[in-house]
Amino acid sequence: MEFLVASGIGVLTAAGIYLVLRLRTFPVIVGTALLTYAVNVFLFASGRLTVGAPPILTDAERYADPLPQALVLTAIVISFGMTAVVVVIALGAYLGSDDDHVDEQEGALDTARKLESAE
Amino acid sequence: MSHWIVTPVVLPAMLAAIIVLLCRHHPVLQRIFALAGSGALLAVAIGLFVQASGGTITLYQLGDWQAPFGIVLVADRLSTLLVLLTAVLSIFVLLHAIGTGWDQRGRHFHALFQFQLMGVMGAFLTGDLFNLFVFFEVLLIASYGLMIHSGGTKRTQAGTQYVLYNLLGSTLFLFALGTLYAETGTLNMADLANRVAQIAPENSAGIRTAAVLLVIVFAIKAAIAPVHFWLPASYAEAPGPVAALFAIMTKVGAYAIIRVYTLVFPPELELTQGLLEMWLLPLALIGLAVGMIGVLGAVRLDRMVTFAVIGSMGMLTAAVALFTAEGISAALYYIVHSTLATAALFLIVDLVEEHRGSRGAELSTAPPIPGNSILAGMFFVAAIAMAGLPPLSGFLGKLLILDAAFDSPLVVWTWAVILGTSLVSVVGFSRAGSTVFWKAAEWEERMEAASDDPATQMDNVATTPEAPARPQPILPLVTIGGLIGLIVLYTIFSGPVSRTMTATAEQLFSPEPYISTVLDTPGKEIDYHGDYEEDGDGGEDHADEDQGAGSGDHGAAAETDGDTAEEAH
Repeated sequence: MEFLVASGIGVLTAAGIYLVLRLRTFPVIVGTALLTYAVNVFLFASGRLTVGAPPILTDAERYADPLPQALVLTAIVISFGMTAVVVVIALGAYLGSDDDHVDEQEGALDTARKLESAE
Repeated sequence: MSHWIVTPVVLPAMLAAIIVLLCRHHPVLQRIFALAGSGALLAVAIGLFVQASGGTITLYQLGDWQAPFGIVLVADRLSTLLVLLTAVLSIFVLLHAIGTGWDQRGRHFHALFQFQLMGVMGAFLTGDLFNLFVFFEVLLIASYGLMIHSGGTKRTQAGTQYVLYNLLGSTLFLFALGTLYAETGTLNMADLANRVAQIAPENSAGIRTAAVLLVIVFAIKAAIAPVHFWLPASYAEAPGPVAALFAIMTKVGAYAIIRVYTLVFPPELELTQGLLEMWLLPLALIGLAVGMIGVLGAVRLDRMVTFAVIGSMGMLTAAVALFTAEGISAALYYIVHSTLATAALFLIVDLVEEHRGSRGAELSTAPPIPGNSILAGMFFVAAIAMAGLPPLSGFLGKLLILDAAFDSPLVVWTWAVILGTSLVSVVGFSRAGSTVFWKAAEWEERMEAASDDPATQMDNVATTPEAPARPQPILPLVTIGGLIGLIVLYTIFSGPVSRTMTATAEQLFSPEPYISTVLDTPGKEIDYHGDYEEDGDGGEDHADEDQGAGSGDHGAAAETDGDTAEEAH
């Protein structure tokens, strides 16, 4: 199971990093989403992998660590909110400049200035 | 248990909610609430600072849960110093935003401003690493809103980059926290300090990875050399007052480096020996050089100031990277100075940009703007402070850093880069000042002299109508003057100030009182109604740490506690 989870995190991270390094906004946002999934699974696994164990401290030897589960919940909420924000801002930038490159494009900026001064 | 420590977090949070929900359509009420809130925040910050200045470390247990099970806020010298700095900065920035009318150019400026303050204050006060992450996110999400305040395509594009970069930084932060938790089973900083010290050297791979991941995350926030690229575009495109407020945000990264690498991974710890010494100082020097060369090469005033920010962060990190008490104390002196100087410069540039019409912040000569001579004088003083020329505090801070670097193996490089970049930045600032202010004053004379020449006349006709004749509002000038007065005061009182900083650094380098205050203060008594015995409350804190929320049964304290914990989660 460890191998499966570890390679899952690895594949998600690799795909995320590849997409983040792309030129345009949409793949980059998908990439950050993949990275946040990877980190969520990673956080979950940081409390050791257990199956069918209660998430509380009892006299029993085996238990599932509940703290990473709380951390993952927080991380999921935050990353979901952040992804929504970046989608909105990126959409605003794309509609304003008719260009969805992440980095500054000289020509595109000129167009943006023209559009702004025309308004 | 005194509740004052949590006030800097709760007060802005409540105010932001009030501003959004109740005074949405009442700009005057918004301003009154925001100003009153910032004033109260300043009073509380002064109180906390005075309380901690005697060397006492005050602990606040959210929900009354004992650390490391619950989240704690800790007010020691370093935290309260930075809380006070933030409160002071926020007053000036708020007054400037109101005076220039920036706050009415889009919606929810004041609410976002308060949320930003809440995040910064929380990041400075928290004693828990995951909580630090949460407060980072609070301050970031507020900063996204502030950064694209009043809109515009260029600003939104820069905002997209900024958000994406910080999203990646946050993801990396979570990876670092996961590694740290997997290795130690705790995220409370004091508890971490104890547990990291117990890790055997042969099992150190994971913890060393976590240590390096964390410093990369904080370096992104602090804009240290190879990960500084997000800063110029976003700070230059942000509205002036917002950029001035952001002057404290890079310092949050620097604060986190100082805190974690004196408390959790102290320099004498064998486990992480040689991890940072190798490359943090050279990178800081590279950042300093990049920043100051950027000041020289910038073609716009706002870009110039952003590169000055990168340079000053490089200088600051160079002092931190020495990891000695002298280095940290010099860095702390420099933190306060550079925050005030950067904020003043951003506000001045904002006024210049406002009044130059379509020329904006370009580094070119234009007709003089209203209040040209006053602004020129203030730019002169702020630039002297930023470039580190005598007699202002930038010079003293630089001297302290040079002095602290004396025992470093890289002393020659440090001295050479710091002194060389000073010269470069002086040239850059004086070129900008003379182009924008000095030549502008001669503009009218030249225009009269050249009126016979049809070519230049055409040129003049093309440019002069853009110059707006609006008079300069008084309030922004007063706030900038106040900031500059503060820098002068800071220089005059640098004797007592640097003694305070030395005491702060000494407190950081003897963390035992901090650790014992956090871990040994008892929390609330818990009645175990279940059938298992209370056997797991001493060492086995694998179980429940961040359980502060929802403990609403604690009398008078319950309301504030529950609110903060909810915000924090």
